[in-house]
This record gives sequence, C-alpha cells and structure tokens, in this order.
Amino acid sequence: MKHLLLATAATALVAGSAGAEEVKLALHLGFTGPLESMAPDIAAGGRAAAEEVSESGNFLDGSTVVTSESDTTCIDAAASVAAAERQVAEGARAMVGGQCSGETIAVLERVALPNGVMMISPSATSPALTTIEDQGLFFRTAPSDARQGVVIAELAQAKGIESMAITYTNNDYGKGLADSIQAAFEELGGTVTTSAAHDDGKGDYSAEVAALAAAGGDALVVAGYVDQGGSGVTRGALDTGAFDMFVFPDGMVGQELVDRFGTEIDGSIGINPAAEGDGRDRFMELAEEAGFDGSSAYAGEAYDSAALILLAMQAAGSSDPAEAKEQVMNVANAPGEPILPGELGKALELIAAGEDVDYVGATAVELVEPGESAGTYRETTITDGALEVVGFH
Amino acid sequence: MEILNAIVVFLNFVFIPAAAYGAQLALGALGVTLIYGILRFSNFAHGDTMAFGTAITILLTWGLQTIGISLGPLPTALLALPFAIALCAVALLATDRAVYRFYRRKKSDPIILVMASVGVMFVMNGVTRLLIGVDEIRFDDGARFVIDVRSFREWSGLSEGLALRSTQVITLVVAVLVVWALFWFLNKTRSGKAMRAYSDNEDLALLSGIDPERVVRLTWIIAAGLATIAGTMYGLDKAFKPFNYFQLLLPIFAAAIVGGLGSPVGAIAGGFIVAFSEVAVTYPWKRVAEYLGFDTGSAMLQLLSTEYKFAVSFVILIIVLLFRPTGLFRGKSV
Repeated sequence: MKHLLLATAATALVAGSAGAEEVKLALHLGFTGPLESMAPDIAAGGRAAAEEVSESGNFLDGSTVVTSESDTTCIDAAASVAAAERQVAEGARAMVGGQCSGETIAVLERVALPNGVMMISPSATSPALTTIEDQGLFFRTAPSDARQGVVIAELAQAKGIESMAITYTNNDYGKGLADSIQAAFEELGGTVTTSAAHDDGKGDYSAEVAALAAAGGDALVVAGYVDQGGSGVTRGALDTGAFDMFVFPDGMVGQELVDRFGTEIDGSIGINPAAEGDGRDRFMELAEEAGFDGSSAYAGEAYDSAALILLAMQAAGSSDPAEAKEQVMNVANAPGEPILPGELGKALELIAAGEDVDYVGATAVELVEPGESAGTYRETTITDGALEVVGFH
Repeated sequence: MEILNAIVVFLNFVFIPAAAYGAQLALGALGVTLIYGILRFSNFAHGDTMAFGTAITILLTWGLQTIGISLGPLPTALLALPFAIALCAVALLATDRAVYRFYRRKKSDPIILVMASVGVMFVMNGVTRLLIGVDEIRFDDGARFVIDVRSFREWSGLSEGLALRSTQVITLVVAVLVVWALFWFLNKTRSGKAMRAYSDNEDLALLSGIDPERVVRLTWIIAAGLATIAGTMYGLDKAFKPFNYFQLLLPIFAAAIVGGLGSPVGAIAGGFIVAFSEVAVTYPWKRVAEYLGFDTGSAMLQLLSTEYKFAVSFVILIIVLLFRPTGLFRGKSV
C-alpha cells in the first residue's frame, strides 16, 4: 500500500512537471520616459522570440509562452519596481528587462532576488551591473559600458580627435559611461577637457552648453538620451557654434537623432552595440515579416534575451528560474550547434534530444562572466542627414 | 582682436541667452506682480497658465500651418498669439467666476486664495496635458538665425562665433512692446488709472465709483495676455514642454519678489537680475579671462556647477527677503 501511494505520488509529480504549461515571460521595458521611442521595437524583438518558441511546439513538452508588458519608465525606480512586482504576482517566471541601468538595478535587488526571478536585460549597460550581487539570476545581452568607453576612445583617436568634452545624463547610465570613456581616452593619451552632467527634462540647456564651450575640445561626447537632454545639449551646442563634431554613444543613436538634426550633424559619429553577420541579416528578415524595425537599437538584443531565457528553461527541463539560470551560459556559448534567429524550434529539439547548442542569435551572443555580452559595436557616420553604417568594432 | 574675441564669447554665451531668458521671466513676473497688486494674492497657477496659453497658441499655429498661412521669416505662432490670448482670457475669467469670486466675496484671507490657486494650478496642469500631451514640442518656423556662427566668423575674421537666434530678437522686441503698452495703459487710460487706484486703496476706489468686478476682469485679461506671451516666447526660444512651465514658477516668483511684489518696474528689473545671475554664476569664465590675457591654468573659473542653476533663484530670494523684504523697488512686503 505504502509503495503504491509513493508510486502514485511520484507519477503525479512527474506528470505535473512534465505537463504542458503556460510560461509567463515579462517584457519589462521603458514604454514611457526618455527612451520611449526605442521601447516598442525592443518589445517586438522579445515577443518575436517568444512567439517562435510557442509556435514550434517543442518547448517543454508543448508548453506555450505568454508575454506581458510592463512599464519601467526608465527613470523612476519606484515605479519600475512596482510594475515588476505586479508581473511577478501575476506569475512571471522570467523577465526581459529592464531597459535602463538605474531601474534595472532597483528591480534586480528588490524584486528579482527576493522572488527568484531570472532577468536578462537587452539594454542596461552600466558597469555597476557587472559587479552587482545577483545570485546568478541576472544576465544581459548588452555589453557593459566599460567596453563601450574603450571603443569610443579608440574610435575618437582614430578620427584624430585629441581633446573632447563629455556631457552625460545625470544617472547611473550616463555617469558610468562618461567615466569609462574618460578613463579609456586618457589612457590613450587624449585630453578630456570637462565631464559635466546635464539633467533631463529641462527646457533650457544654454548654461550647460556655455560651460562645455568654455572647456572646449575637438569634439563633444553626448552620453545622454535622444528624447531628452541629450538632444537639448546638442541643439544648444549647434546653435551657439560651440562644437560641430559630436560623438554619440548608444542612447543617442537612432532615427530620432537624424530626424531632429539632419545635415547639421554631418560628419559626426555614432556608436551602438550591434552585430553584423548572418544572425543579424536573418533577424532583419524576421523583423520585417513581423512588422517592426529590426535595426532599431537593442531590438536584436531583446530577441536574444527572450530566446536565451526560453532555451535555458528547455535545457533545465523546467520553467523554474532557479534551475534555468544554471543553463544560460551553456546555451549561449560554444560548444554546440550554432543557432541563428528563426531556428529556435530546431534548437529546442536539439536540446530535448540532449545535444549542445551555441546560441548565436541576432547579435552574435557570446556571454562572458558574470553573464554579459562581450560586445560588438556598430560605427555609424551621419552623412547627408542620414545614419550610415561604416563598420563594426 | 583678443578683446573683441572676449566680448564675442561673452555676448554669445552670457549676454544674449541671459537677455532673452530675462525678458521671458520679466513678462511672467509682470503677470504675477499685477495679480498680487490688484487681487492681492500670489497666483501659483501662473506657470501653468503660461503652459495653457502656449498650448492653445501651438494648436492654433498648427491650424494656420495646415491652411497654408505663414509669416515668412517670422514664426507663425505670432499670428496665432492674439487669438490664443483671447481664448486664455476666457479660460481665466471662467476660473475667476468658478473659484476666486467666491473667496473674494467672502473677503477670505490671501492665504486661502493662494491655496485655491494651487488647486487651479493642478487642474490647469492636467487640462494642458490632456489638450496637447506631455511631449516636447518645437513650433518655431521661419528663419532660425539673424546671425549664425559660420557667417559671423567669415564676416568678422574672429576665431569666436556669435549666434543670434531670431526667437531671441523676437522675444526682446515683443517684451519691449508689451511693457510699453502695459505702462501706457496703466498710466494714461481711465481703466488703467482705475486699476491702480483699486490696487492702492480698495475702499477709496469703491467710494469714487470704480466698479471692482470690472477691475478684476481687466486684470485677468491682462494677466492672460502676459502669461500667453511669456509662455509662447519661452516655448519659441527653447521648446514647449508642460512640466518646464511649472518649474519656471520659481524663477518667476523670485523675479517678482526681488523687484518688489506689486511693482511692474520691479518685475522687469527682477526678471533680468535673476536671469543674469543664473547664467553668470554658472558660466565658466575661463575663455573670457584667457582672451583678456590672464593665464588661468586648468581652472575653469566657474562659481557653481550648472546642475545648481535653480539654487541661484533661491539664494537671491533669501538675500532679498532678509535684507530688503519689500524688494528693490519698494513693493509690498510678502
């Protein structure tokens, strides 16, 4: 009798864990706030991966993935935490997000860690997230700004820029990026004339521009947001003739930038994380079919974030984040069969059959410890009022 | 040559921006001071009245642009301005009828009217956002520059450039015209004199047969005009964003109090004092000093980092309230 009971209980357990379920994936992104123009395409990237996995029917014995969106506001950590808590309360097991560094840190510490929810951010780039205590629950498919700083410094030097002024948005992202650019540029022998913060949401940046102009330099690095103060400072610098050469890090590079300034910023350079190669081309096709802009900043990273979460769950054989988190590095890196966008169904099948996969995805994902992208950057030049991709670093 | 460069740097980064900003503050402070002088309360809703008036101006501007009307090199918003002032005045008169008149009849303390104006501020704030949204809007069309940096450098041969935006010139010209018209109205016309009499001594004014409700109505109409013009000038010169107008309230009140609440001349002087201090205190004087032949080394000669710009208004406010509570031009004490 006892044996029978045990056996029944065991069967029930096995059946319970192996049965098809509905896995909730939160898309926790900045739909309002300073990066709101980027968020819809990022969300679309994440959703595309989730749909692909669901439709393949190979995910955790026919389980499906449902996505739900929530707003991080990008700048209001309290609002972001509240929205993330709601997602968790509604049963989200993992999260693609957050979008901005400050709120991502808050959500990680106050929601993800206490509830054991896995987070893969497509776009939080603060160097602070490298060293944060995350109990192995946090990953990012975007590289740390420490790397972006080095790339920008090298590129600036190659362009013959010997001195630069830096203006940054007054938050974790801006400060981290500005510091890493300054450190890298000075190491290469360049001079940083000033590194000053600007606040977002002001009407008037003439005082900030005046200070930057007084410091001078061959170029102005605008480590800000295109929907916010970053554009305000750029506008002021152009109007007063303080600078005519700009270097735009990732928060500024987008269609919005050229819509606003057009040919006025011809010759300036933009840098944002993006990869080239088969993966990217496949992702662009996929995005076009799904009706969103695959070249938009971080859309590919979001696709990869969602894909990694789901592949890791498949490899762990469970949607439990505590088990899935151990598998993220395994599915992301070699050895194994390379997986491109659109091949998630195949990847799930391979994993189910016990074979290794090496997820390449839209952005040539290669995760380095402690779980962040090694980083490939795209260099763009503004030519005749349009963004023109000139190379990859 | 070096002296000329120093002057150009000073003009480009300190004088021109501060003068335009000062004119915008002065127009705003005039409205605040007028309401304080005649209706006897500090109108906290003034910043959002500016936003509301500007929002209407923008909507009308878009309307005019769709039917293909423009002012050539001048911004179309100038054409929309009179209509926007009329609509904004209607809104303010309705607010007065719905809110302030009740307290005025009860002869409530000024502080109650101030609190009522805070309520009006929140409502107006919401209405503006519903009307036009929270995003940044740029509605300046026409020519952007009177003098632009590149052509100035070519013309003068100096290494420093000078930019003078058309919106800055328009702001200053409009401010001068408005101030002239306001003073003419207050000093020369019968209605203006009635308003001043009402402001000086309400009971005496009533005895001499002045209709108080008419004075109040006139005040709101003028305040609507000043607020809409100030808001539109600020929006044209910088960018329109409802929240910025709420933030403008502090420098505007600082300007009105520094000049002396209730004193129109004081409001204008206060506007320029606040604007010039904000810019001059946060400006690094390094380049100017270098052109004048001083070796500054690596020092930026910046008194205060630009993040603390708003603190300047506070400090001026505190100094004035401590040492001269009635303001520079002997207004009413707060």
